[in-house]
Amino acid sequence: MLMNMCLAIPAKIMSVKADTAQVDFGEGVLREVNVALVKVNVGDYVLVHAGYAIQVLDEKEALETLRLWNDILNVQTDAR
Amino acid sequence: MTEKLRFRNPEMAKHVAEKIKAIAPKEENVKICHVCGTHEWTITHFGIRSLLPNNVEVIAGPGCPVCIVPASEIDEAIQLTSKDVTVTCFGDVLRVPGSATSLLDAKAEGADVRVVYSVADAVRMAKEEPRRDFAFFAVGFETTSPSTAVEILAKPPKNLCFLVSHRLIPPAMKLLVEMEDLDLNGFIAPGHASTIIGLKPYEVFVKQYGMPTVVAGFEPLDVLFGIYMILKQMHAHEPRLENEYVRAVRWEGNVRAQEVMHRIFDVVDGNWRGLGLIPSSKFTLKKEFAAYDAHRKHGVKVEHGVDIHYGCRCHLVVVGKIKPTECPLFLKACTPHKPIGACMVSSEGTCRIWARTANIDPDASN
Repeated sequence: MLMNMCLAIPAKIMSVKADTAQVDFGEGVLREVNVALVKVNVGDYVLVHAGYAIQVLDEKEALETLRLWNDILNVQTDAR
Repeated sequence: MTEKLRFRNPEMAKHVAEKIKAIAPKEENVKICHVCGTHEWTITHFGIRSLLPNNVEVIAGPGCPVCIVPASEIDEAIQLTSKDVTVTCFGDVLRVPGSATSLLDAKAEGADVRVVYSVADAVRMAKEEPRRDFAFFAVGFETTSPSTAVEILAKPPKNLCFLVSHRLIPPAMKLLVEMEDLDLNGFIAPGHASTIIGLKPYEVFVKQYGMPTVVAGFEPLDVLFGIYMILKQMHAHEPRLENEYVRAVRWEGNVRAQEVMHRIFDVVDGNWRGLGLIPSSKFTLKKEFAAYDAHRKHGVKVEHGVDIHYGCRCHLVVVGKIKPTECPLFLKACTPHKPIGACMVSSEGTCRIWARTANIDPDASN
């Protein structure tokens, strides 16, 4: 796997056992990552950097971002 | 992933580009600086600069953690191999030039240098070969340093030590903002380092320097919106700290990761390749973990290395003072196949990204 030093890749938590989780990077293959740095549940999406989950992704916030972007674009269009 | 599709909508990108054109100052130049190799990749790969007005420039700061490792620390890693220590490192580090040679050169001459995907691989190797001495060359910004800290906290085997080269990004941003000839107007703060450190460390740039600062994600729309948010702040003359990457970055960051880092590391002044000494910018192991310190365990220490080789302009590229194409060696003497400067080595180095994306034959002698 490509190792970019400041890149983190989203993955879905499939199972957790202590500090180790099996995750799916979207390719259907399970990989093991360390989850000592985050509090996760099965089904969560996490950002994985160099084998370690560094943050839990917030699906609600992701949708909110898209809504906000649309708002910005629409409001600005109307204002012109 | 569906995320990619949602955050790469080309129609929306065109819209944002229009908004950027509408809100950007008409005459004066705007210079926005990012400090992340992955941002540079997104910007270059998706041609984001071509969507911006001519007077809006986005420059790449010292965002490649491999490029800024000083030669002296590469030399120390090579010294370790000469003491029959197996050095484990990330792949990008292998070809970074030291004062005279790289770890790859050392490996070619028989040194035991092994590429790992994560620090956990180094721990596993040390456990599998208990009679061999190992060192993990711990390079990286705040995104990477928590993983090193986690493994040290878990008490790795005694035959593994750490050459800690972790650097902190906000002190480098402070150096940039204080460079008068750089004349910056705004920061795109690094998304993934910010998942760890949160937003607070950037407050100083707004409060003390009046610098619009936006933490942005890595999809092309994230970056475009980040630029738009900065320009909007400039337009309103209201510099603020904003978070575009809310799906991954919280105000407080990853508190657990911060606690682990503070448990293991002290912050000291550190040398950065091309930038010199930056106050409070480097992690070092706390005294109680000194047994894991490669310097102490194996007596390696290099005070001064040769960071910039003759003709190389990495020190100017790394702060965005020149573009890679303005370096006389770019794609001539210095290519991805045969790099001279560190910026051409790492997949996140600005020169390497430009070389790859420019789609120019790296061996062409033009």
